[in-house]
Amino acid sequence: MAASLRRTQPVIVQTFSRFLKNKQDLLRNVERCIHDSLPVCQSVASPVGKQVATLVPGDGVGPDMMNSLRDVFTHAGVPIEFEEYFLSEVQQGQSVSLDTVVESFKRNGVGIKGIITTPSHFKGGILQTLNMKLRSELDLFANVVVIKSLPGLKTKHNNLDFVIIREQTEGEYSALEHESVKGVVECLKIITREKSRRIAKFAFDYAVKHKRNKVTAVHKANIMKLGDGLFLQCCEEVASYYPTIKFENMIIDNCCMQLVSNPHQFDVMVMPNLYGNIVDNLAAGLVGGAGVVPGESYSRDSAMFEQGARHAFADAVGRNIANPTAVLLSGCNMLKHIHLDYHAKVIEDAVHRVIKSAKVRTKDLGGHSTTNDFTHAIIEQLHNN
Amino acid sequence: MGRLTIYGFFKAVTGNHQHTNINGTQVVNYSQKQTEPKNLSRYGGRNTVTLLTGDGVGPELMSHVQEVFRHAGAPIDFEEVEINSSKEDPETMRGALLSVQRNGVAIKGNIETKFDDPSFKSMNVELRTELNLFASVVWCRSIPAVKTRHNNIDLILIRENTEGEYTNLEHENVPGVVESLKIITAEKSTKIAKYAFDFAKRHGRKKVTAIHKANIMKLGDGLFLESCRKVACLYPDIEFNDMIIDNASMQMVSRPQQFDVLVMPNLYGNILSNIAAGLVGGPGVVPGMNLGEDYAVFELGTRNSGRSLKGKNIANPSGMLLAACDMLDYLGQYEHATLIRDSVMDVLCEKKIHTPDLGGQATTLEVVQAIIDDIKPKARSWSGNVAQNLYSAKP
Repeated sequence: MAASLRRTQPVIVQTFSRFLKNKQDLLRNVERCIHDSLPVCQSVASPVGKQVATLVPGDGVGPDMMNSLRDVFTHAGVPIEFEEYFLSEVQQGQSVSLDTVVESFKRNGVGIKGIITTPSHFKGGILQTLNMKLRSELDLFANVVVIKSLPGLKTKHNNLDFVIIREQTEGEYSALEHESVKGVVECLKIITREKSRRIAKFAFDYAVKHKRNKVTAVHKANIMKLGDGLFLQCCEEVASYYPTIKFENMIIDNCCMQLVSNPHQFDVMVMPNLYGNIVDNLAAGLVGGAGVVPGESYSRDSAMFEQGARHAFADAVGRNIANPTAVLLSGCNMLKHIHLDYHAKVIEDAVHRVIKSAKVRTKDLGGHSTTNDFTHAIIEQLHNN
Repeated sequence: MGRLTIYGFFKAVTGNHQHTNINGTQVVNYSQKQTEPKNLSRYGGRNTVTLLTGDGVGPELMSHVQEVFRHAGAPIDFEEVEINSSKEDPETMRGALLSVQRNGVAIKGNIETKFDDPSFKSMNVELRTELNLFASVVWCRSIPAVKTRHNNIDLILIRENTEGEYTNLEHENVPGVVESLKIITAEKSTKIAKYAFDFAKRHGRKKVTAIHKANIMKLGDGLFLESCRKVACLYPDIEFNDMIIDNASMQMVSRPQQFDVLVMPNLYGNILSNIAAGLVGGPGVVPGMNLGEDYAVFELGTRNSGRSLKGKNIANPSGMLLAACDMLDYLGQYEHATLIRDSVMDVLCEKKIHTPDLGGQATTLEVVQAIIDDIKPKARSWSGNVAQNLYSAKP
């Protein structure tokens, strides 16, 4: 079907271009073609009507990125509708309540989320940030970041392909801090058997499902013998259920060094919260930065798609320079998750082709194009499919 | 009766065992506290389930199940484990067991057991005992469009699945004399009886019949019957009676409508479920399931591999598809289960596309294609399904 589409679509585009005056009309009509006659919407499972997903644009360049995503989705004819909620900690006036967003995520099961900025200064009140609350409310315990070199984008290391899995509901992020006596602050890092086993099982299940060969547990059990020790022990216990998957462990400091010197050795990595946060960002830097790496978070029943390295990029607001690749690719991951593989593939291919051709690139990838140019380049590629 | 909706088929598995599962969490008295097992590989609403291929037509039927699921958009990923009677090494068995333990759920084609080789242990039995799948449930209902000798049959056969004659304890005392040990324990008999009564209560059934041969095996089957009687006292609103296996077999073929729920030890269950399945259309249309406290394995009700049909494109895929629907129910994916089940029943009853076992001319692929064609326009939004699970579809 894809092959026949490839044959017919350019013909239709050419035919229309004879009659239409400007490109805008052309695009609109192609879009109508896609919706009306061409079997673009027909993937293997072709659900009736549109699917609904939650969309939280987030702070910084989030809303711009989401606009770009919507444009691309519309032009690809993706049968999806978004339920948009603005959730923010820094602009509380415009923000909807957390419960609304949580309810929406639970109802839809899937959603895409920009980055919600967390101020570093503590002005009293609750220690838990909005991001943490959202994750704990939805019980989004597993964060997955797939580090994959983009074809044609030159970085220090090429052909990288590994996965970082992070526990994100406990550990250092439990928001338990207090001043025992004046000048002494205790931050509690919580590691539990239940959650450690859950994330370990997730990592191994992920490895099995995605045909990976090795799982590396990253820890600091030589210093935190009990806490990280428990995490490591749980990973070992779970590993015994997966004889076909190789299991290794590595201390976090060594892991960081290995990641920048010899990252090809890694396959699937699993780690507690804070290490995961650091390693996610480090690894995203290896393949092109926060603008190109998608991420996803899973609970038992819902899945949230976001950027792999969480930066709101507030400096770029209104400057039209941010790179929407990460958001687009995480959008594709969402489509794959809800059985819209065909559309995901079309968009992913378009993104890859634009990046590979190196003509239109945003500043972070060494180009001079704007966000809009980049988005339009992708949309054009969609039609050249 | 175009559909067989059996919502909440699985909502309780009895037993008060305390143990830890793969998540390291204590599972206590699962029947009352939880609605579904905890140790599923379920992330973001998608489940991974183990697919054990089996012998004969097993692999073909499994590929049909996958194809139908793909078109229905069911949020299921399969972890395929190739297991059949030619793979005798313990590694394969261990791999299969671990896979079910990881995913919590499996769908399975039957593995042939060679009976000419005494050293060959049944892999099916090993799987059931290792996973402690103590209850086998086969629900036989007449299908309107399938012509059989009896109509309006609706009976549930619940069979103890882990002990009795299937203990693999046999030895030759002196040359020419073999002892086969049949083990009946009060614990397991009580457990299966309780399961049967709970099942009857949950599905609004009126009567439970215990099948035994206590007139001959006074101690063994006597213990089973005694255990059933004791449990029956706890369920005063459900009628309880018992019947001897030979009489039960005769009654089953002459007047099967008298039965409601049957509970029995292992071997009798094996024989009676095959008789009952034969009454409603044969091995191709009856699904079966094996349930334990932590795991569930779904297969054909009659547990045969269909070696003679292999590669001929004539096996009836309905039974395995219905078993797959039961699996979806077990996983809480009621909407997709109903969608597929309705389509299967529609093709069976309304469109009447039948394979040779039901007297039709259609091939397996034609039936599957008809089911897919029926599903396609009805495939529901994936995300809507999750919403159903969270709020409305609680039976």
